[in-house]
Amino acid sequence: MCGIVGLFLKDALLEPQLGRLVQTMLATMCERGPDSAGFAIYGAAAAGMTKLTLQSATPDKDFAGLAADLSLAAGGECELSIRSTHAVLQVPDGSLDSVRCKLKSKHPGIRVMSAGDCIEIYKEVGNPTEVAARFDLGSMTGSHAVGHTRMATESAVTTLGAHPFSTGPDQCLVHNGSLSNHNSLRRELKRCGMTFETENDSEVAAAYLTARMQQGMNLGEALQKSLGELDGFFNFVVGTKTGFGVVRDPIACKPAVMAEADSWVAFGSEYRALVDLPGIEAARVWEPEPATVYFWER
Amino acid sequence: MVEHFKVRTIDLATAPLRDLNAELHRQSAEAHEPMWEILNPRGAHAIAVGVDQPLAIEIRGSVGYYCGGMNKQASITVHGSAGPGVAENMMSGRVVVKGDASQYAGATGRGGLLVIEGNSSSRCGISMKGIDIVVKGNIGHMSAFMAQSGSLVVLGDAGDALGDSIYEAKLYVRGNVKSLGADCIEKEMRAEHHEQLDALLKNAGVDGVSTREFKRYGSARRLYNFNIDNVDSY
Repeated sequence: MCGIVGLFLKDALLEPQLGRLVQTMLATMCERGPDSAGFAIYGAAAAGMTKLTLQSATPDKDFAGLAADLSLAAGGECELSIRSTHAVLQVPDGSLDSVRCKLKSKHPGIRVMSAGDCIEIYKEVGNPTEVAARFDLGSMTGSHAVGHTRMATESAVTTLGAHPFSTGPDQCLVHNGSLSNHNSLRRELKRCGMTFETENDSEVAAAYLTARMQQGMNLGEALQKSLGELDGFFNFVVGTKTGFGVVRDPIACKPAVMAEADSWVAFGSEYRALVDLPGIEAARVWEPEPATVYFWER
Repeated sequence: MVEHFKVRTIDLATAPLRDLNAELHRQSAEAHEPMWEILNPRGAHAIAVGVDQPLAIEIRGSVGYYCGGMNKQASITVHGSAGPGVAENMMSGRVVVKGDASQYAGATGRGGLLVIEGNSSSRCGISMKGIDIVVKGNIGHMSAFMAQSGSLVVLGDAGDALGDSIYEAKLYVRGNVKSLGADCIEKEMRAEHHEQLDALLKNAGVDGVSTREFKRYGSARRLYNFNIDNVDSY
């Protein structure tokens, strides 16, 4: 199964409410994916800083004194704000590689969930409503967000196996379905220099899109290309710094509903996920066509 | 004598779904409340499933999976859109969706009439076994897959692979068919087909559309009949 929700705001006045709206959407999809949950949220960029979302199974130990330690490697002040098992680390632009290097060598218990100007990713094993509450999703603000509730089929129920997956700066992907050619694609993508954290098929889809965008395609073009090269069942909802995209495989057996109002575009695995959005009564609601790319940019 | 029935209103914003369905199943010749109104469905699953009495049920809003599934006798109207599997395995009665329907509307239905006033997505009428389905808009790919009997009427267009591996269901399409599935072919509209289609359109409340605007599709009967020449292959 799995449940997906996504909300892309067209009206900046709604940005303070983004977390609250997405938290409500995510809660409706609990039964579709009760084993783990996660979300990516695109907040405000801080001038001169790059954001990393970090995760640790032992946050008290791993996050203590981390900002001071990394500031040396970064050659400038780093800031850390902790949310449960995750923390957002702001590092000076240009220091990302040295910070990543230092994390890898000196802090092996810390995983990098995302990096970019705006993106933050939070995901954990557990009931989706509880996961969202643990990170206080309701208080978060931003321009767009993508959430996922997982019922695992292709790989283990772990924090890293939860969605969203991020394989490039400010990029994320969530997936409902299963891919059948992910092993061969993973080998090809590794040869192109992509790295993988898990054995998960959805991470391969994320890396595939990242690789295509590195070759110069925009998100819409990369999604179009994926229709010919990814084999299996999929509904993908993807985010970039300024974009929001949706694609379904040609068989389209995984459920999907979209809605568009003057001030937002939303995706839900079911209509239930959309019922509390402001102005849903007047919104255009439709089922996305199979093998068709939907893509919004701001 | 004119009987005046009170409409029984259930608000799903406050009443549990299980209570609603239990109340609908409790209906019998003795305990009979014939008119129902359901408020705030908010995409909930399995609303008014398994009803077996001639009730009139008006649902004010959009529903999720399997609304009106296994329906017998009842007349159910969804004043909104329906999720996957609306009227799945319907036995008799009538289900009307005022908006769109998601995938496999009317799947495996054995009888009754399903009317979709908007579009119906993929696999509409898959494995239908006697149900009649009238879609005023378009239908998606793989509709009427392995359809066995009954009729599917489409006023708009049909997607890819219409009627793949079809048995003896009748398909009437007014618009374009993107492609036909294996063993599905266009067939002649004879007088009996015009008559049948006219009755179906009337029953679904369609006015101002001539049966001459439709083409009929059905089985070439090459796939499901055993061919004695192939006996050595088994």
